[in-house]
Amino acid sequence: MFNNFPLWPAGASTNAGDVDALFIFLLVVTGLVTIAIFFLIVAFAAKYRRRKGVQAEQIEGSMPLEITWSVIPLGVFMVIFAWGAVIYFHERTPPRGSTEVYVVGKQWMWKLQHEGGQREINELHIPVGRDVKLIMTSQDVIHSFYVPAFRIKQDVLPGRYSYAWFHATKAGTYHLFCAEYCGTQHSGMIGQVVVMEPAQYETWLGGGPASGTLAQNGEALFQQLGCNTCHRSDVQGRGPNLVGVFGKPVMLEDGRTVVADENYVRESILNPTAKVVSGFKPIMPTFQGIVSEEQLNQLVAYVKSLNKPAAGVAGTPNLNNAETQNQNPKVQ
Amino acid sequence: MATATVIPVEREHYLNKEYGIRSWLLTTDHKRIALLYLLSITFFFFIGGFFALLIRLELLTPAGDLVQADTYNKLFSMHGQVMVFFFLIPSIPAVLGNFLVPLMIGAKDLAFPRINLLSWYLYVIAGLLMLHAMITGGVDTGWTFYTPLSTAFSKTQVIEAGLSIFVAGFSSIFTGLNFVVTIHRMRAPGMTWSRMPLFIWAHYATSVIQLLGTPVLAITLVLVVLERAFHLCIFDSTCGGDPLLFQHLFWFYSHPAVYIMILPSMGVVTEIIACFSRKRIFGYSFIAFASIAIAVFGFLVWAHHMFVAGISIYSALVFSLLSYSVAVPSAIKVFNWTATMYKGSITYTTPMLYAFGFIGLFTMGGMTGLFLACLGIDVHVTDTYFVVAHFHYIMVGGAVMGYLGGMHFWWPKISGRMYPEAWGRLAALIVFIGFNLTFFPQFILGYLGMPRRYWQYPAEFQVLNVLSTAGSTILAVGYVLPMVYFLWSMRYGKVASDNPWGAAGLEWKTASPPTTFNFDETPVVTWEAYNYDEIPAPEEVAVER
Repeated sequence: MFNNFPLWPAGASTNAGDVDALFIFLLVVTGLVTIAIFFLIVAFAAKYRRRKGVQAEQIEGSMPLEITWSVIPLGVFMVIFAWGAVIYFHERTPPRGSTEVYVVGKQWMWKLQHEGGQREINELHIPVGRDVKLIMTSQDVIHSFYVPAFRIKQDVLPGRYSYAWFHATKAGTYHLFCAEYCGTQHSGMIGQVVVMEPAQYETWLGGGPASGTLAQNGEALFQQLGCNTCHRSDVQGRGPNLVGVFGKPVMLEDGRTVVADENYVRESILNPTAKVVSGFKPIMPTFQGIVSEEQLNQLVAYVKSLNKPAAGVAGTPNLNNAETQNQNPKVQ
Repeated sequence: MATATVIPVEREHYLNKEYGIRSWLLTTDHKRIALLYLLSITFFFFIGGFFALLIRLELLTPAGDLVQADTYNKLFSMHGQVMVFFFLIPSIPAVLGNFLVPLMIGAKDLAFPRINLLSWYLYVIAGLLMLHAMITGGVDTGWTFYTPLSTAFSKTQVIEAGLSIFVAGFSSIFTGLNFVVTIHRMRAPGMTWSRMPLFIWAHYATSVIQLLGTPVLAITLVLVVLERAFHLCIFDSTCGGDPLLFQHLFWFYSHPAVYIMILPSMGVVTEIIACFSRKRIFGYSFIAFASIAIAVFGFLVWAHHMFVAGISIYSALVFSLLSYSVAVPSAIKVFNWTATMYKGSITYTTPMLYAFGFIGLFTMGGMTGLFLACLGIDVHVTDTYFVVAHFHYIMVGGAVMGYLGGMHFWWPKISGRMYPEAWGRLAALIVFIGFNLTFFPQFILGYLGMPRRYWQYPAEFQVLNVLSTAGSTILAVGYVLPMVYFLWSMRYGKVASDNPWGAAGLEWKTASPPTTFNFDETPVVTWEAYNYDEIPAPEEVAVER
């Protein structure tokens, strides 16, 4: 019976427990107040119903009561606000070293790609016990990546990256929904998240026909598109050297400083003259319409990989600093 | 003025002064315009309700089987647009407010009677545009017109629907303008701000929102229309625009619009509770200023609709915090209404039953609003059925219950006839039960994770959806009943006295129905509002039968 009539959603991430705890707190607090108000209305309606010869007693109001029932709710609201803010802050700050998965939403499917190059459609395989960060964009309208069992949801927008992360705790298969109305087959834009034990996950990773990692594909594309003619790994190029740039602050021509995160790399490929690095000329052509969302993801993954000595090209090792790409509160 | 118990048939009043279609279509009498609005919004209410029933029937089974996906999307889009812009926003202000604002402050009419008529004509033009858009293919963008879906992807009548709502917006602005000027300039001698009925305070606050908020919606819709027609790149990220800009502009109006819908209803409920408790309202000034506070703070919370839309963490924190500032005045109102009943002399008439229902459902709607303003919870439940349930508790449980309560309360004044009390109570009970059965299961569906605007859904959600659909059929009966007995009462109802409830307020000191210019001579107010200690309760408030 309860297979077809659940009253509480499955919880399969660290976040799910946090959200449920706050939800139960809210249920109890608001439930008690609501019951108290209902009780008073029913009690007053019964006790003070009209009787012959009994007049209503006129009462103007009461300042102490007004203050009481303004200040106490305000205090309770602040507790709710603060608790919710803590959870939200945690939800929106992917930990360092998360496994990254690139997500592209389109009418009406989810396309996902792992760092190792494995591609999936409407299905996401991830291991138990690991932080997973989603780097998401849309190639048409706004979608929203929603996994009820993880209690996470994030809109996926065209023209920029948005992020979500989770730490799965329980193996199983869970719903993946599109939660932002996106046209005809909105309700068909669903899939599943398969959470696997680490050993099984490794088997799954090895099973697929991945042709090169995301970064390797990006590197091939980087050369194919001729990016490497200007973005050389020395200081002679007409474009900035990209080694070690990712996640660092970049000084722009107009004196501003931006952090070179996924969105900055993306913008620099599609709209190169928007934020030109100090000391360089705005001569790069746009790649809007030339590279697909998936190829963009590969290029971003490649630029990112230039921070890691093992995966990078023969770069300049002294530029490799600690990864900081996940520390940027300005992302999304 | 003595209360007349029998009204001579030949007495002249606003309904029988003139006859013929011209006398209605060219009227500048605020009471007749209120009735024109009543007819128009009732028409749209039943269209919107019909769409709602089709939506619920489709959701009876998990598979998308009753209608096509595109049809379903059009149904919920047009249900929302019709109900919000053509029923809820005009409902209480344009019908009850139009009828009562001049009466309650002792004026002959609104400040600008012709603008009042113009506002109805704009409403009709907007309504015809909307009907035309529906007939020629409908709209499938949701009532929210999110870009770039609405500007670049939808193949439906977005431009016409957008223009329709643009025009309806000006109808709303004119009503608000009229009320603000009327309340400032046309109060009877002695009717000071602190003696005004709280219904007037609520309408004043509402009008300010209509004046300040609606132009932003109008601008936003024009931008959508221009973007769609000429591709101006306002909301298109591939050429420098930003789809999120639309959401900011849209919610800057559409969140305060919720208060356009609920504040008048709060005003109605305040009048009803005072009358049927036979008491001065508890904390008059707190309820009055709570209305103003809601109108002001309501403009500062719009981005709480966008916590997962891609705004920064810090703006989300600010908007969550500010959202709770609206909750405080709402809570103050609920507590004051409850306290008003304390040591009262309470009768359970139909309007009072609706007022009880309003407090209960509005409280639940408000409490679940606390969940949604809370960042950590909102991420999980936004864009699910939890939100759908929440705003229906506010807009239907709150606004519509208040509207129906007000229609029953002032029906004797409007029509000069009493509605059948027993039927009235029965209908109120049916509405309450049907409403809760329809929408309570949706809270659970939402927390389980069922997204809104889904044409088909996983099988495990079916039981709760069946309950909801069952409730909606009960609710439909509850809505049809009053329409039937109101019509019946116009011919067969007991003739109403000038003040059948023994209510305070200037509108009860004139005839039922009032004459064209409301009062034979301008009233002079020497008493505070809700002076129920000075007014004898009628012997027979509720006719038992």
